[in-house]
Amino acid sequence: MRDITFGQYIPSDSVIHRLDPRVKLVLLFAYIISTFCTFNFYALSVPLVFAVLCIFLSKIPFRQYMKSMKAVFAVILITSVLNLFYGHGEVIFEWVFIKITRSALNNSAFIVVRILCLIISSAVLTFTTTPTDLTDAIERLMKPLKVFHINVHSIAMMMTIALRFVPTLLEETDKIMMAQKARGADLESGGVLQRVKALIPILIPLFVSAIQRAMDLAMAMECRCYNGGKGRTRMKVLSIHSRDIMGIVVFIFSLTLLIIFDIFIAHTVR
Amino acid sequence: MSFISVENLTFHYNSEDDLLVNDVLKHLELSIKQGEFVAVLGHNGCGKSTLAKHFNAILLPTGGKVIVDGISTLDENRTFDIRSTVGLVLQNPDNQLVASIVEEDVAFGPENLGFPPEEIRARVEYALNAVDMLEYRSFAPHKLSGGQKQRIAIAGIIAMKPKCIVLDEPTAMLDPRGRAEVMSTIEKLNKENGITVILITHYMEEAVRADRVIVMESGSVLTDGTPQEVFAKVELLKKHSLDVPQATELCYLLSKKGVIDTDSLPLNEDECVKILMGVLS
Repeated sequence: MRDITFGQYIPSDSVIHRLDPRVKLVLLFAYIISTFCTFNFYALSVPLVFAVLCIFLSKIPFRQYMKSMKAVFAVILITSVLNLFYGHGEVIFEWVFIKITRSALNNSAFIVVRILCLIISSAVLTFTTTPTDLTDAIERLMKPLKVFHINVHSIAMMMTIALRFVPTLLEETDKIMMAQKARGADLESGGVLQRVKALIPILIPLFVSAIQRAMDLAMAMECRCYNGGKGRTRMKVLSIHSRDIMGIVVFIFSLTLLIIFDIFIAHTVR
Repeated sequence: MSFISVENLTFHYNSEDDLLVNDVLKHLELSIKQGEFVAVLGHNGCGKSTLAKHFNAILLPTGGKVIVDGISTLDENRTFDIRSTVGLVLQNPDNQLVASIVEEDVAFGPENLGFPPEEIRARVEYALNAVDMLEYRSFAPHKLSGGQKQRIAIAGIIAMKPKCIVLDEPTAMLDPRGRAEVMSTIEKLNKENGITVILITHYMEEAVRADRVIVMESGSVLTDGTPQEVFAKVELLKKHSLDVPQATELCYLLSKKGVIDTDSLPLNEDECVKILMGVLS
């Protein structure tokens, strides 16, 4: 259970680490949208190269990325296999009732690369940005929502705390599971229904302890003069540096390249 | 003038049923001077944690008052002045840390107080230095040991530059090593940084290290004095089924049997050894 790397910050001193989290967040969104606007392999190669460049610049060992890809391996496999059967046109492989067409093969390959790009790019963001920076960025980017009387600060605070307690509660879950196993709880055998039922004695103590922790935390926050963010300042001030401008420029350049490829080269997928 | 004064403090938790209202604190009188290191001892349920929460206005008195540095905790406009003057550290270090990075967690207090960024940075550095954790500033709290986490929680309070810290059984959930780390941090803060310390504990070994020990029993003060004075009252403490340090108890029993003749009972092993060596030679 401790193997979950997704959403975990990995400290290192790289350009990507030092980028402004707001810039990273906005670029990630633009990048994901652009990845799904590629219609031929030339265009698709642009986000792929961009992702590889980010891996390289982030100075984080490749195996960390492999770990986060492993988590969604099943999803990739299922979608790519399913896509193989939906196609029309030239048939390149036929066996009993299975027909695989060239367009289906292309589609499938596209899906795989797109998902990979998606995972790598989000992993780059979470690996190189502390959760606090991330929620900070979200808080600042969502500030305009105050017009609609949405309490942006509270939302950001909740996210910070949720992220902070992920490892703590995982550890707790491990402990409770061991404790219940020691009392003879059977978590591994039986059908789906039985296994779901077996989770109840784990979830209830977990919820009770989470609520207990929440009450403690609320008091600890009050002890540290928290009053809902009124008059609160921040230690880390976000500011746009030349490296952020550089990042944006590189991204816009690759986006232009992608659009040019899309327009001038025949589409291989719909 | 005393720094914290508790005057005729009475408190009960709100209850649905009026008949069940039970005073947790009963007409408590207490005064604590600036720079003191006070240990508060007592059973579970004697009201010592409830008392701790009165020192920084987390709980407000139902009767009587608590005055901290000249401000009554009942004065709602100055609640945050009180909380930045008296910091409270709780038992479970895991439940006190807000942020996922040590230095950001320590910055939480000063951020809430609205200081400019440079000032916050300076305070974070000061606080982490005070608990000897500066090299861990960019660590994630869940990667630290219990003792280290508790020291970070203390740093989070120190960053508000309080005049006093109240620690509510800060070592109860720690292993012996973590306990030793936290105790030496507390002593250092008291001796070197001149911070008033109120340590709530049920470890006698920790209480003997204080300048003054207050023993509580069902919501009021049972006895109050230097560790020597308090632990000399072995019979009184035993009557309320409280322990005394083992070294003290040993010498107390020996002196009762007339084996040793001593006017002051020892508080730790070293003193005890000295006395026994004196008898044996």
